[in-house]
Amino acid sequence: MSFDLSHLRQLEAESIHIFREVAAEFERPCLLFSGGKDSIVMLHLAQKAFWPARMPFVVMHVDTGHNFAEVLEFRDRRVAELGVRLVVASVPEAIDAGRAVEETGPRASRNRLQTAVLLHAIEENRFDALFGGARRDEEKARAKERVYSFRDEFGQWDPKNQRPELWSLYNGRIRMGEHIRVFPISNYTELDVWQYIKDEEIEVPSVYFAHRREVFERDSVLLSTGPYVTLMDGEEPFTETVRYRTVGDMSCTGAVPSSADTVDKIIEEVAATRITERGATRADDKVSEAAMEDRKREGYF
Amino acid sequence: MEMLRFATAGSVDDGKSTLIGRLLYDTKTIFEDQLEAVEKASVQMGAEYTNLALLTDGLRAEREQGITIDVAYRYFATPRRKFIIADTPGHIQYTRNMVTGASTADLAIVLIDARKGVLEQSRRHGFLASLLRIPHLVLAVNKMDLVDYDQQRFFEVRNEFRDFAAKLNIADLTFIPVSALHGDNIVDRSANMEWYQGSSLLHHLEEVHIASDRNLIDARFPVQYVIRPQSDQYHDYRGYAGTVAGGVLRTGDEVTVLASGFSSTIKSIDTFDGPVAEAFSPMAVTIRLNDEIDISRGDMIVRPNNQPTVAQDIDAMVCWMSERVSLRPNSKFVIKHTTRSTKAIVKDLTYLLDVNTLHRDDSAAELSLNEIGRVQIRSQVPLFFDEYRRNRQTGSFVLIDEATNATVAAGMILGTLS
Repeated sequence: MSFDLSHLRQLEAESIHIFREVAAEFERPCLLFSGGKDSIVMLHLAQKAFWPARMPFVVMHVDTGHNFAEVLEFRDRRVAELGVRLVVASVPEAIDAGRAVEETGPRASRNRLQTAVLLHAIEENRFDALFGGARRDEEKARAKERVYSFRDEFGQWDPKNQRPELWSLYNGRIRMGEHIRVFPISNYTELDVWQYIKDEEIEVPSVYFAHRREVFERDSVLLSTGPYVTLMDGEEPFTETVRYRTVGDMSCTGAVPSSADTVDKIIEEVAATRITERGATRADDKVSEAAMEDRKREGYF
Repeated sequence: MEMLRFATAGSVDDGKSTLIGRLLYDTKTIFEDQLEAVEKASVQMGAEYTNLALLTDGLRAEREQGITIDVAYRYFATPRRKFIIADTPGHIQYTRNMVTGASTADLAIVLIDARKGVLEQSRRHGFLASLLRIPHLVLAVNKMDLVDYDQQRFFEVRNEFRDFAAKLNIADLTFIPVSALHGDNIVDRSANMEWYQGSSLLHHLEEVHIASDRNLIDARFPVQYVIRPQSDQYHDYRGYAGTVAGGVLRTGDEVTVLASGFSSTIKSIDTFDGPVAEAFSPMAVTIRLNDEIDISRGDMIVRPNNQPTVAQDIDAMVCWMSERVSLRPNSKFVIKHTTRSTKAIVKDLTYLLDVNTLHRDDSAAELSLNEIGRVQIRSQVPLFFDEYRRNRQTGSFVLIDEATNATVAAGMILGTLS
């Protein structure tokens, strides 16, 4: 008898351990769900961690109002299947209430506004732990972030003052008003996520698969045309066979030319690709070398 | 595919970043946009060549000051294994960071500059690897190109470190002559060192036998969470969820539950994908027992004839990680050990250990940041533990400062006090 576990089973066991640890030690955890593949995998793992009971926490979506319709439909269906409660923290509502101010101009994005809306929702719901689907291979500020990432009463991350994290002993002690961001899939790579999706036969929204779409090029990223973007001079829409490697706000999430229309083909494509998923698809990360670090400090996902 | 976690120790001068950059580059893990960003940053900083260290120095302060502050985790895979690197800096807060990175590592790579030989820092890294019981240690004797790939020089460095390592508990020690800059013995065997008959570094990482490093003898199941669905379908379901921390548990096994001491047998070992016949480390499962016993988080399911030490008085080595406070006799903390958290008091600081000379200073009054010492701790309630050298899960703990909630120490249990 061999007692071997494949890398995916080891990663899964680590994630399940983290979910259970949080459920045991926190009063009001919440799982951040965007309908993207990482949060879908996270939701699947949460389901496994507590089976045959329901996961003992709510699911929250920070909705910029600029989402893919397919992804919203997927979100609602999945949440209903699992019988968990969905909290929607809405950016448009925050704008209407005056808690956030819409950026103007053709490059306007609601990406930054998400942070304020997220922090407001955390405060309002008194969440003390938030599961996020961030992975350490995504970006170099994330490569140094803990699985349990402490946030002060202002929701801020201080990269120079992180708690040492040893063995599988996570320190979740906080004071009132502070919270912990928990990243159960920290150690998965993009390829691991897709291989896990394949192994577990997890459904993902259709925008991840190759499809025909009207797009235009901006800052070497292919953005979808649609009601949420204004074309600038010289930007010509054209139809292309594309898929999304990440799913977020339509105004700043780029598509990649691809013919991968099955999970197997996506795995092949991801294994061969030479550009990181954020580099290929996120206009928001191109602002500066430390764009992600700066946004994370402010309380971003 | 198997998974191997390894830690790298060494300073920038030893070529650690170049080595990691080389591993990532040669396994096609560095992406074009990452390389482009690093090239751009190198030019901005006025560097003459692309500084691969920038790939690993992620935070703004690190780039500005040219230092590495924190442990960074990196990932690469070959067709044989997935690798997780805990990249620990050699400069400031070295001990704290290396201990953190080493705590989960199956293997450590310590870099030595072939020209400089075994330095104080090499000894420190070797000692920490042995203290944290990393099962496999690789001494990468780097910059062989700068000593004309000289076999004699490699042997000198190897013998020097071997003499030192004899004083430590290192189960598996491997020496590999490399040049990270030129790729010698990194992925393929080097044509420049025909005299070297061993594996290349990557080949060693792919082949080193790690399956038997886990404890598969002493069954230990710290109860993490009690699952009670309270639904119509699973009305009477009561399962104990946790991660196996040692040994193998099988359906039908007779078990004892600590702290109560009550016995029962395993009714089933459940997972979302269906029941399993047996569970071993690091599987996360849910155990149901045939008898109704009051069990909660912090309890431990074990075999009746193989039980851990149950005690309040703990003899341990600790690495101190706080710059704000130091460890002194009578200091009180929260101790977190497996799934159990309780209060603890430091009864005595037996000695402070000089990590460079291994000298024991039994007159030391306190431990401060990055210092390591032997302490005696008393916990408010009994803990169920094994010696760290026998089980890294049930033999480890952290101390938390109640005033700040900061994690202030990493502890490795030697035993109880007789």
